[in-house]
Amino acid sequence: MKALVLGAARTAFGRSTDTGRAHAVRAVRAALADAGVRWDEIGAAFGGSDAAGNADTLVAELGLTGVPFVNVRNGCATGGSALISAVNAIASGMAEVVLAVGFDKHPPGAFDPRPADWGLPDEYGRDGLMVTTQFFGMKIQRYQHDHAISARTLALVAEKAYRNGARTPEAWRRKPLTADEILASEMVSDPLTRFMFCSPGEGAAAVVLAAPGGGRRPGVMIDAVSLRSRRFGTFEVFSPWLPTGELTSVSTEAARAAFEAAGVGPEDVDVAQLQDTESGAEIMHMAECGFCEHGEQEALLAAGTTEIGGRLPVNTDGGCIANGEPIGASGLRQVVEVVTQLRGRAGDRQVPGRPRVGFTHVYGAPGVSACTVLSR
Amino acid sequence: MPALQAARCPGCSVVTFPAAPACPRCGAETAPHPLSTRGRLWTWTVQRYPPKSPPHVGPGGGFQPYVVGYVELQEGVRIEAVVDVSPAEVAIGMPLELRGGAGVPHASAVRDDG
Repeated sequence: MKALVLGAARTAFGRSTDTGRAHAVRAVRAALADAGVRWDEIGAAFGGSDAAGNADTLVAELGLTGVPFVNVRNGCATGGSALISAVNAIASGMAEVVLAVGFDKHPPGAFDPRPADWGLPDEYGRDGLMVTTQFFGMKIQRYQHDHAISARTLALVAEKAYRNGARTPEAWRRKPLTADEILASEMVSDPLTRFMFCSPGEGAAAVVLAAPGGGRRPGVMIDAVSLRSRRFGTFEVFSPWLPTGELTSVSTEAARAAFEAAGVGPEDVDVAQLQDTESGAEIMHMAECGFCEHGEQEALLAAGTTEIGGRLPVNTDGGCIANGEPIGASGLRQVVEVVTQLRGRAGDRQVPGRPRVGFTHVYGAPGVSACTVLSR
Repeated sequence: MPALQAARCPGCSVVTFPAAPACPRCGAETAPHPLSTRGRLWTWTVQRYPPKSPPHVGPGGGFQPYVVGYVELQEGVRIEAVVDVSPAEVAIGMPLELRGGAGVPHASAVRDDG
């Protein structure tokens, strides 16, 4: 199940007066231009947003070509779900050239969960337990206790994100911040401070894929895409109870599936994008996705291993922390970043040494993860 | 204080709270299970700002930060609760008493009796 990336593009993330759909149209047009493909050559399209409308309505601006356009809405895995659908459309012979697009737009302080939508009694909202930041704080709090991760290491993750964001023209948060400034910002949900979190924002990303071969010029390949929902024993947001014992991880399942299908391992990856809703998430996902043992992150961050010049550069475009989190767009933003890095066109943030293998990972509520392995 | 009413799977011993009619691991029908009341804090955070209202309804007298955590019980379950301990004194592993009432579970500090 492989596909050739013909084109990849994203918009500038952040907040503006544009609609999410306007971002999506721009991203699609830029991806088509990058691919050298006309809209009427797209044989199937998959896309979606969490809160900015249906992707199939984009045809009103892109052109009424009759293309089969499937709406995808899968939380933080929306982009990954669109991508796996696009790759499958190629593998199945449904179409030869396929589009995947993800976009979103959220107001400041977005994400208003209602207890009933999560199958919870009203008192969980009334009494103040339905706040997403609590989950992130509690998961990394326990992880720090079990694996000796310091607060400074959490700050180093965010410091790297802003540093990489400053080198990424399309990022939102482009002002470097020091670890001390990050630690000194107001505490949101202990141990996580304000500058360790991403913010809801807006943006779009799109890729144009094709079946490999057929006289097409070689380029970056999607070697594998995986999508998993949780098994028993994971720790998810808005859980009134958890089983005891070792936690399981849907990210581990999705990453393993992607690596197995691609025939490579975490040790082969030259550049990785990992879900960093906040600093703790990047730390835990490094281990959950197989890039290190639990607890090794403390030394790896101190040694600069995940910096752009390190052995395993992580979130080279600044991740969600510097780009914000338009839910439907983030997964494909990661793919666009890896494609850009593997093509050697990442400018000031280019990973040195001609990276050959890349990896992307998203994770979100209520326990979904999607991963991609790419290579050139 | 009343014990919290949970459910337990007769096959795989999974305890769910609020009580679920079917076991999320094996799908079997569950039986009622009153939760034990003594446990230890497994993890915690502090809600440092007022949650959005609605749905949140704060206590009278203005917002005060509060601790949220999971209390690990001997029957193999961790229960999310408001932990009525000061943010300065909260610590993983501290012994707690878990109790039900009108809203979500609450836990409070107790003397460590091993």
